[in-house]
Amino acid sequence: MIQTTRKPTHNFQKDISNCGLTGFISTAGNLVEGSVIIKSISLMHDRGNGLGGGFAAYGIYPDFKEFFAFHLMYENGMALQLTEEYLERHFFVEHYEEIPTRRTPAIVHPPLFKRYFVRPLETPEYREAIDFQNMTDEDVVVRHVMAINNEIEGAFVVSSGKNMGAFKGVGYPEEIADFFRLEEYTGYIWTAHNRFPTNTPGWWGGAHPFTLLDWSIVHNGEISSYGINKRYLEMYGYVCTMLTDTEVVAYTLDLLIRKHGLTPELASLAMAAPFWDMIDGLPDDERQLLTAIRQVYGSALLNGPFAILFASNEGLIGLNDRVKLRPLVCATKDDFVYMASEEAAIREICPAPDKVWSPRGGEPVIVKMQPGVI
Amino acid sequence: MNINAQGLYYRDLNRKVREAVAAGASEIVLDNVNGQYFIGDGINKPVKIIINGVPGNDLAAFMNGATVVVNDNGQDNIGNTMNAGKVIVHGHAGDVLGYGMRGGRVHIRKDVGYRVGIHMKSYNENKPVLIAGGKAGDFFGEYMAGGVLVLLGMFTDDPEKPKHGFRFGTGMHGGTIFVRGGVDESKLSREVGVFELTDGDRAELERYLKDYCADFDIDFSEVIAEEFVKVLPRSRRPYGTLYCPMPR
Repeated sequence: MIQTTRKPTHNFQKDISNCGLTGFISTAGNLVEGSVIIKSISLMHDRGNGLGGGFAAYGIYPDFKEFFAFHLMYENGMALQLTEEYLERHFFVEHYEEIPTRRTPAIVHPPLFKRYFVRPLETPEYREAIDFQNMTDEDVVVRHVMAINNEIEGAFVVSSGKNMGAFKGVGYPEEIADFFRLEEYTGYIWTAHNRFPTNTPGWWGGAHPFTLLDWSIVHNGEISSYGINKRYLEMYGYVCTMLTDTEVVAYTLDLLIRKHGLTPELASLAMAAPFWDMIDGLPDDERQLLTAIRQVYGSALLNGPFAILFASNEGLIGLNDRVKLRPLVCATKDDFVYMASEEAAIREICPAPDKVWSPRGGEPVIVKMQPGVI
Repeated sequence: MNINAQGLYYRDLNRKVREAVAAGASEIVLDNVNGQYFIGDGINKPVKIIINGVPGNDLAAFMNGATVVVNDNGQDNIGNTMNAGKVIVHGHAGDVLGYGMRGGRVHIRKDVGYRVGIHMKSYNENKPVLIAGGKAGDFFGEYMAGGVLVLLGMFTDDPEKPKHGFRFGTGMHGGTIFVRGGVDESKLSREVGVFELTDGDRAELERYLKDYCADFDIDFSEVIAEEFVKVLPRSRRPYGTLYCPMPR
């Protein structure tokens, strides 16, 4: 006999989620324990659904700050072996170890995580790149990151910057923090993300932040222009391998700011450019500048709703899409600047800020480290 | 009665509030609130809920007759589809304020975010009124179909900021917006126009403003000292020929 179950006509337990993000910076370089960012992101637990959580931390590896810190994720033993052989061929490895983790009931079957503190080896290939192709150490590192992600199946570079690292995976952010023992780290910039994947799979590599060199991005929203952005970046050697839209933001920033020398302000204007009718209403010099930016960087324009935080060793930047379809709140207190999806996430770790405000759509909030502190 | 919301999950907090309302409480004070969603949602008794702290999103959604007082800032989606009652926020409020609101009052002392009063509507004696004392983001009164929005631009944390943003009144086809000290016409959408107040408008507006001033202990004569303008939709059906232009 066939058993039939009557299905409810409505899902009364409606999933109310949407991504959540939070971050802060001490512009004076004060080191803050990981427990603080965990407290902030945990307040927005319900914005995610347990399919992704992650953190970026800056200032965590002072003993190795001259070396690129590679966080590697391995899905299998073969990936580990091939990657370590690759690293041996191309890099001087000052130190390497497993990234300390803790067994926790919430995290099942995690991949293996290792970190390597490296600098490029002076191979003939390296000399060729530096001496004749006008490349820098950073360019060489980017090329190797792309090669590992793209060519070694089951190996992914989670982060590759100096004195920073990304920690991410499938779970709620507080579970990921517990897994990676984040309370044991101290940093002067922290960002965190609670994921609610909509269009792309919830897998370990697809959790935020997305990184390249010391750029890290956490993002709430969706990049509808992903296809255009991806093809544009491919022309410059960036290969998208993480199966999700946010990846393009990290590479776009690397291209615009590090390679093309745009200021963070101009890069933000390229990614969240004002509408043409607003550009037309501006004074002549601004109109010409923004027209040029939109013409040259049309393919770097991010379409769709987003709130993003991007961090580097230089500072922290918050940016909304042009019509502000995702929330972003900022606050200051002494040398600290906070940015989050909800004001409560800031107030949880900074109960009495000096100032709280919501930036306008497309208007970047740019906070730089004070000169000389790092 | 007092409820300590410190560290309470939103479902537990809201269950306590509903239990207190069912037990006949007339005033409920929630202390140490931080980020709990849905406070005051669907409450249909004339109870007063006082919130100390920053309440989470969707405060007073579907609320039907209660009064919510927030002694700090509010977040997004306050008064979502609210039916009756009143929300008073002593700080600023976020985006999508008064979404689809169809009755009651929302009084915000300071700045408000994007898309304030989106889809607000009115029906017979149900006429929602939303007053913002500070400045507003883009899309003020977006798709507004009824009710009253008032923007004062007086009590702001950011004196540098313009009084209101771009795309003011986009898709507006009903209701009225009053703005103290005029609007920046370059930021208005094509769907709306600026008009002078009639004597009837002035009497109606003064009634709303006196209520607002009483809630925040503000000097009414100062608020009314500057001239207001009225923003109305030019058409009741602005997109009627968007896809298929035809004679009518």
